[in-house]
Amino acid sequence: MRRFLLSTLSILLTIFLIGCSNAKETDKTGTVDQEKSDVELVVSAAASLTDALVELKGPFEEAHKGITVIYNFGSSGKLATTIENGAPSDVFLSASSKDMNDMEDKELINSESRKDFAENALVLITQKDFDSAISSFEDLNTATLDHVAVGEPGSVPVGRYTKETFDSLDLWEPLQDKLVLSSDVRQVLTHVEMGNADYGVVYSSDAFVSNDVKVLAEAEADWHEPIVYPGAVIAESMHQEAAQQFLDYLTGDEGKETLQKFGFK
Amino acid sequence: MLDMDYSPLLLSLKVAAISTFVVFVAGVFIAYMLAKRDFFGKSIVEALFLLPLVLPPTVVGFGLLILFGKKGWIGSWLLEWFDFQIVFTWIGAVIASIVVSFPLMYQSAAAAFESLDERLSNAARTMGASEWRVFWFIVFPLAWPGLLAGLVLSFARGLGEFGATLMLAGYIPGRTDTIPMAIYFAVESGQMENATFWVVMISTFGFSLILWVNWWSKRNIRRFTKS
Repeated sequence: MRRFLLSTLSILLTIFLIGCSNAKETDKTGTVDQEKSDVELVVSAAASLTDALVELKGPFEEAHKGITVIYNFGSSGKLATTIENGAPSDVFLSASSKDMNDMEDKELINSESRKDFAENALVLITQKDFDSAISSFEDLNTATLDHVAVGEPGSVPVGRYTKETFDSLDLWEPLQDKLVLSSDVRQVLTHVEMGNADYGVVYSSDAFVSNDVKVLAEAEADWHEPIVYPGAVIAESMHQEAAQQFLDYLTGDEGKETLQKFGFK
Repeated sequence: MLDMDYSPLLLSLKVAAISTFVVFVAGVFIAYMLAKRDFFGKSIVEALFLLPLVLPPTVVGFGLLILFGKKGWIGSWLLEWFDFQIVFTWIGAVIASIVVSFPLMYQSAAAAFESLDERLSNAARTMGASEWRVFWFIVFPLAWPGLLAGLVLSFARGLGEFGATLMLAGYIPGRTDTIPMAIYFAVESGQMENATFWVVMISTFGFSLILWVNWWSKRNIRRFTKS
């Protein structure tokens, strides 16, 4: 009994200590960062922007001494919800106008700072070494495939655009039993990369960074709502000026160049 | 009633029932085989059986994709020889449920068999009972309360399985949408009415199941102590 109590106590103590040590660590880094720079800029950005933004971080901080950029990547809808609930954030970069409109309606962003900084296209992809029988969206039909991976249209922006595209081609209904609805665009890519889904529909920027897929076709622009990426300064941000500087940098030459490098338009 | 599709309920019950059956038979068999035996590496084998219990569902799902995917070790073989695809079908959901609920069944069964009084089985053996008879007439009835607990836990775990299922079975409405998936995507797309319906449904079901098992085992213990 005594041994049992002792071991239980020591386990609890260990867990407690691990918890404490973590707390201390974050405290420390927090103070160190403050000494190093005056402003810590939190940028909440759509997950599809990850690679481009990570590359932009260095040059931006180089050009703007005293500003440290911290990214918070996630799906646009989720980010909007967390910002609405008071998560600290200075800049919001969304993958859909819809989420940004909602934020603007609720006066959570600075309306005059809002600007579209990138565009994207919808592409049909397949696994790199899959000998595809089709080469366009119109060729998709139940006879030529087992499964198509797409985003879930209710919650994932890329899924919404895909549904619009398929609807304008009268494909959604007939293909319904073949559509694997995924919880984000990365999952669509994984299904296609592993060869489990014959085809998938993702943004051209996603297809661009994956080495295991090839693009078969690009959706016509009038098949779906335009895919634009709006950015804005959060109304409650304590660093309005630095946030605006980041947006200006993103929409400037360097920003555009980097975004294009990663498949955006 | 809400205007909605009830297929997730039927599918969830089907998946959980089949997976529980497989898990029960396999769990009882393997646990019994290992229970009274000691061999080199037994703890390693047991740790492997219990691994899905502690791994994140995404890890289990990824592992299953590697095994059962179209290009996977087992998946490609099944596809080639039997033209049978597991990924993105309801069978995939069954396999995910089996893998995550097996540890629960194994653990309950192993505990039940370990605590049995070996002398009872030996007494039967001295009277000439075959191993088969000993198992069915002595071991199984005595271990039943523990086995039942494992059975119920496995069923509940199979019913609630989400992470690995989403990866292996995908989400194809009308085909592979179990209740947990219906809830997840309803919440994500803001259909709170739908989500609430399924949440109430699955919670009520789980609650009744626990109540029933508690009542049943108490009644059993009472009967046992009386005689």
